[in-house]
Amino acid sequence: MNWLLLLEQVLNGFQLGILLFLLAAGLTLVFGIMDLVNLAHGSLYMMGAYFCATFTGWTDSFLLGALLAIPATFILGILVEVIALRNLYARDHLDQVLATFGLILFFNEFVRLVWGPIGLDIPLPAFLNSTVEVIPGVPYPTYRVAIILIGFFVAGLLYAIVSKTRMGMLIRAGASNREMIGALGINIKLLFTLVFGLGAALAALAGLMAGPILSVEIGMGDGILILTLVVIVIGGIGSIKGAFIAAIIVGLIDTVGRSFLPEILKLMVAEDSAATAAPAISSMLIYILMALVLAVRPQGLFPPKGVGR
Amino acid sequence: MVNKKFIGLVSAIALLGTPALSVAADSVKIGFVTTLSTGAGAIGKDMREAVDLAVDHLGGKMAGKDIEIIYEDDGFKPEIGKQKTDKLVKKDKVDFVAGYIWSHVLMASYKSVVDSDTFLISSNAGPSPVAGKLCHENFFSTSWQNDQTPMAMGEVLNQRGIKNLYIMAPNYAAGKNMVTGVERTFKGKIVGKDMTKFPAQLDFSAELAKVRAAKPDALFVFYPGKHGAQFMKQYSQAALAASVPLYTVFTVDSISLPRIGELADGSLMTQFWSPDLDVPANKKFVADFKAKYGHYPSHYAAQSYDSIMLINSAVEKVKGDLSNRDDTRNALRLAEFDSIRGNFKFGQNHMPIQNFYLRQVGKDPEGVYTTKVVDTVYVDHQDTYVKDCKLSW
Repeated sequence: MNWLLLLEQVLNGFQLGILLFLLAAGLTLVFGIMDLVNLAHGSLYMMGAYFCATFTGWTDSFLLGALLAIPATFILGILVEVIALRNLYARDHLDQVLATFGLILFFNEFVRLVWGPIGLDIPLPAFLNSTVEVIPGVPYPTYRVAIILIGFFVAGLLYAIVSKTRMGMLIRAGASNREMIGALGINIKLLFTLVFGLGAALAALAGLMAGPILSVEIGMGDGILILTLVVIVIGGIGSIKGAFIAAIIVGLIDTVGRSFLPEILKLMVAEDSAATAAPAISSMLIYILMALVLAVRPQGLFPPKGVGR
Repeated sequence: MVNKKFIGLVSAIALLGTPALSVAADSVKIGFVTTLSTGAGAIGKDMREAVDLAVDHLGGKMAGKDIEIIYEDDGFKPEIGKQKTDKLVKKDKVDFVAGYIWSHVLMASYKSVVDSDTFLISSNAGPSPVAGKLCHENFFSTSWQNDQTPMAMGEVLNQRGIKNLYIMAPNYAAGKNMVTGVERTFKGKIVGKDMTKFPAQLDFSAELAKVRAAKPDALFVFYPGKHGAQFMKQYSQAALAASVPLYTVFTVDSISLPRIGELADGSLMTQFWSPDLDVPANKKFVADFKAKYGHYPSHYAAQSYDSIMLINSAVEKVKGDLSNRDDTRNALRLAEFDSIRGNFKFGQNHMPIQNFYLRQVGKDPEGVYTTKVVDTVYVDHQDTYVKDCKLSW
């Protein structure tokens, strides 16, 4: 076993986990509090990346582009909530799935019309486009280190908001019993709208951070949305803490599985079949984990208080 | 009432007189299946531009008949590709089906076309079964068999004294062929190999970390389309270039170069063609393509252009009478057209026998990134699967 390699893969796992957490946090806030199945969350991730690419082009600075893209997506999220989703809270989940699936199609087509089919690139400034030796002897891309740091910072911030502020108190109360806080005279409509905007902003942050690594393209949110759903199912729907831990677990399993499974399989089967089977099995690992969690603890690993019935 | 009847009558007459109806019986119908949507749509766009250019060059006619091209988008999915192919064959009743970027899409669509006695011209995909056991008299290729280009790269690696090689490729039909190809000719040791999920996996950080740990002399990759651009970006961000030089096939092309030029500067690849190839037909193709669309054609475009020119040569040969399938097939086999690659003839299995070159990314006199031929690796190379093909002609 190569320990340096293992450490580097752990970093890679954290980096994927952070992106998943940012998406899962927004999705779980919306799902947990508003009971709205929002499949279009991945579209907000995509829009964040497109906004960032556009603003980066205008301002010639990735940092400014990112700073502008977050409020832009926040506003877009609020618009989507007010125009389309507000009417869906009272409907059952199937209607919500259909309507938000429609939104995915809408956004994909919208992006095609506005930005064209080819996709965009977000150029990185030179100081991020380099490597640092986080682990001695292993140069690691600076940008990925930045993603991990920002992710932990945002996770901390979110924890502080949810556990220490009045809005956070309402969010937690809403996750446990939304009728009750409505009955207590809280403007639940406004709270929902703000929470949705916050979720959109988190998705945008994930999208714009993924942009320079992956390309910015139509449908980029569709694939990662599925992983995000896995994360919130494992973590417990409505739980930010659960989303964080589950995202890191999924990130680690995916990365470490992809990198070490071929070697482990080679000990058991022939080299050729190991090389073919490993990528297939490693992409199944997280779904196997989800199935196990669902079987043993259907409410998720860290359900919010009051849900673990 | 009278008014309505009158309008109906006029429309009926107008319909009878429309050129579409009178021409339909007298045109050469070509279905062209490619990827126009998704992130891979850029490839399809390049191919379509080349086909349109070929039609322009032919003056819109083959043997005096109008050329009718029906483009279909496979959406990067085998099942959609097959649906669209079925539609072309059964509903549109095309004379030729051409196109196909992806080996798995071609494999899914293959039987629908060849079994219906329609000619299938692959403009890119070259999976090994259609060159060997599943070869068919109605299938032709104007590209290559998947293994050939990486086989040429294996030779280049040997020439450059590479002893330890790391391989990365996506886990699908073409990816496996590419790996088989380079393994067939490379004489050194393969110290690591990663087959990544396709097309879902776009982040190669885990694999690149393994490459660094394995300390090979070189890294060989095959990442077509947008995956190539992603890979080059991440390879550059990981700062591997200094320790592990990169050798690629179908990863850097004229579609990705405007976006990643600097990252790919100086990188080496093997190809059957290059925009600077000194062949009269190629010079005309590249010059007119650049004049019309403002950018270099890719190899996808070059092959698509040749597909139309190959079809034209056959239609001309049989004087536009496509009803005799055997004559048309024989005319296709002769491949009497000026290919953009110069030397071109079909092997027993209808796959091209052609040269393979080593090319390198660099700037042209105007400062635009493109590729230049630096060496000829294979002369008149034939794929290795031809021995499994039972065709005789």
